[in-house]
Amino acid sequence: MSAEGDGSLLTVTVPPDRWAELGRFAKETLGCLYFNFLTAVDWKDQGLEVVARVENLDVGLAVTMKSRLGAGQSACASLVPLYPGADWMERECFDMFGIRFEGHPDLRRILLPQDWEGHPLLKSYAVDTAHPPYR
Amino acid sequence: MSTPALWDAVSAFITGFIVLNVIVGMVTYVTLLERKFAARMQSRIGPYRVGPHGLLQPIADALKLMMKEDVVPRDADRRVYNLAPIVFLVPCMLIFATLPFAPGLGIADLNIGILFFLAISAMEIVGLFMAGWGSNNKYALLSAMRAVNQIISYDLPFIFVALVPVLFTGSLRLSDIASAQAGLWYVAWFPLGTIAFVFYIVAILAAENRVPFDILEAESELIAGFRVEYSGMKFALIQLGEYAHMIGTSYLGALLFLGGWAGPWAELSPWWGALWFTLKAMFVFLVVTWIRWSFVRIRVDQILAISWKLLMPASLVLLLATAVAIARQGGVGG
Amino acid sequence: MDPEARKVIELGYGGSERLTMNMGPQHPSAHGVFRAILSLEGETVVGVDAVIGYLHRCHEKLGESLTYTQYPSIASKTDYVAAMTSELAYVRAAEMVGKIEVPKRAQYLRVIVAELQRIASHCLWLGTWCLDMGGALGGGATVFLYCIREREWVLDLFEALVGARLLYGFHQVGGTRYDVPAGWAQKVRETLGLIEKRLDEYEDMLEGNAFFLARTQDVGGISRELAQTVGISGPLIRGSGVSYDIRRLEPYSSYEDFDFKVPVETAGDCYARYRVRMVEFRESISIVRQALDGLPEGPVSSRPGVKSVGQVRIAKGEGYARVEGPRGEVGCYLISDGSAKPYRMKWRGASFSNLAVLPHILIGCKVADVVAIMGSVDPVFGEVDR
Repeated sequence: MSAEGDGSLLTVTVPPDRWAELGRFAKETLGCLYFNFLTAVDWKDQGLEVVARVENLDVGLAVTMKSRLGAGQSACASLVPLYPGADWMERECFDMFGIRFEGHPDLRRILLPQDWEGHPLLKSYAVDTAHPPYR
Repeated sequence: MSTPALWDAVSAFITGFIVLNVIVGMVTYVTLLERKFAARMQSRIGPYRVGPHGLLQPIADALKLMMKEDVVPRDADRRVYNLAPIVFLVPCMLIFATLPFAPGLGIADLNIGILFFLAISAMEIVGLFMAGWGSNNKYALLSAMRAVNQIISYDLPFIFVALVPVLFTGSLRLSDIASAQAGLWYVAWFPLGTIAFVFYIVAILAAENRVPFDILEAESELIAGFRVEYSGMKFALIQLGEYAHMIGTSYLGALLFLGGWAGPWAELSPWWGALWFTLKAMFVFLVVTWIRWSFVRIRVDQILAISWKLLMPASLVLLLATAVAIARQGGVGG
Repeated sequence: MDPEARKVIELGYGGSERLTMNMGPQHPSAHGVFRAILSLEGETVVGVDAVIGYLHRCHEKLGESLTYTQYPSIASKTDYVAAMTSELAYVRAAEMVGKIEVPKRAQYLRVIVAELQRIASHCLWLGTWCLDMGGALGGGATVFLYCIREREWVLDLFEALVGARLLYGFHQVGGTRYDVPAGWAQKVRETLGLIEKRLDEYEDMLEGNAFFLARTQDVGGISRELAQTVGISGPLIRGSGVSYDIRRLEPYSSYEDFDFKVPVETAGDCYARYRVRMVEFRESISIVRQALDGLPEGPVSSRPGVKSVGQVRIAKGEGYARVEGPRGEVGCYLISDGSAKPYRMKWRGASFSNLAVLPHILIGCKVADVVAIMGSVDPVFGEVDR
């Protein structure tokens, strides 16, 4: 777990089991009510990383929350109980990366059709391999 | 049958036929008038290319609609679906039977003329609902539900307001109402006549499903409302019926409030009277069109609120006030 | 058909029959391709399931295979109605991560086109919103045609500057691609004068109209907490009482040199959002005038003449750059690995977050309100689906 600050931007990295706790801390203690976005990064061998950004608009503080899920792992806690805005963002992460968010009320694909196979934004899903990007 | 009766029957038939054709022709050209008028309001020109200044546009539209394929949805209730345009069109055409275009120029000048007009024009709701139901389409059904709501709520103020000139005249016969305005038009009988005219415009906006009361065909919500599954000639019949009804109520408005055929040289020949009558009806129509192209529409619950909470009590009060005023004058003719 | 997509968010209403109506992807007021599966009881919406993704082109994957010089023209295709601000977000992200300087003249030009783009986008918003509320055969069409006429003037200005009317390729990493042609500043001033006069007319026409007020006041209210926790931005959040404007919070591209108001309304309904956008119109006009008056001389790019597409390389790092688009916060989260292409690029689309508030506010309103609310949220589906 680590944290670093740069002006009004705070970046905090936590292990995945403390993800929801960090979210609660940001919302309740730091007062970051504004949910900006939630996404993921595929670091190939090192696994996936979930990145979220929440802000406190009254004081101008922004917190970037990161969590490395570990090689081969694709499960993470859901922030939907804290921030309703995480709903569609987590569905998009599931759609594009295959990350399953535990506690999400309705985790299904949002941008691609329900019967699509594969998760396009993974680095292993390239345009010139067997997965056709069309139907 | 004896010869005079046969001759009467044949001449009535021919007159009716001529009037019906004139109405159909007028309806198609009124659509062009509306399009040009709307275009001018929106800083554009409107139909321009078909014929000189777009004058052949309605002919082109009519030909196109006749040539279109007649699509019937597979799950639609066939008999209801096919009958609906006709059931919708017939009352809208029938209302012209009682309108006297000039003294002596009219098909059937019934002595209960206005009652016949109002009763028959309300029957279009049946056709409308049949169209909405028979289409087997949720949008059409929603629109039909709204239509029944709206038209029924607004027919009542419509009737009350139309009765004000009847009270002024003391007769239900339409030609009597028209000739009683030879001196001063009812719209100028301040304040009752003027207020009645304003209420009349509002009531016909709603009874004709014109913006701002056009929720039943709100294109942005219900696409085309009850008409959504119709194409080709059936669609043309529905359009014909709508515009015929619109013109019919404009004529009625001109007759009830704007003096009917009264105007310069009306005594010389009935054709002058008919011309003035038509011009006044077109004026009422253009006022309605002007409102249509300037306003956004309001929600259905707001529409019903306006009718039941505002217009109906107001028109009832107006009618009562008219009755009291007439009684105090000692009857009609004051 | 995907049976999963039919899941609706049910509310315990318990009452008369429910009708499931599909305001499908092809719909005159869907503002693009959007599907709302509404569960209706009479005229009241009791459940809504918003289905998006009809315009998904996977821009984020595309961004990983295109270089920093190739992608800005593609970036405009996310928010295609306000293409200038979309490109600006990407280009700013690359400049932020690579610590690339942008000359002052380029910054002022970026401000001018961003604000002109805001004016054009709001013209389209007003026209299509009134069109949805008033019908394509009715008063709505009148306002629509007037607004499109104004938008055409602004698009003519863009055509003179860039050569394209809708999707430009004006921004590049380090500055802008084109400079101002002769006589353009004069034309801009004339156009702004005309638009200002017309705005007065539209405000009169709409705000004096009781029907318009009845359709927009107390409709689609978004509370302050909901606005923040869902993450909506732009005129939506400013209409709910939160004064959040990136041009004030984190001034970029010389916005701190200009003097402008940030309108905030507290009502949270459609009328409040309308008022916010109408004030933004005028503020944008004022900003463009100030920028034209103070336009400094100098180069328009710190990296002129890109000869090969691999030439722009950004150092390793990551950063999130955002701009205040007409719809809200358009952001680009960029992770760079030192090569000529990004490692990961995430588009934070304003309309995606704005649309996410719909399932929360549509419950309990009428079908006609759905259309009015969608129009006041003003989504562009290129941004939603990317």
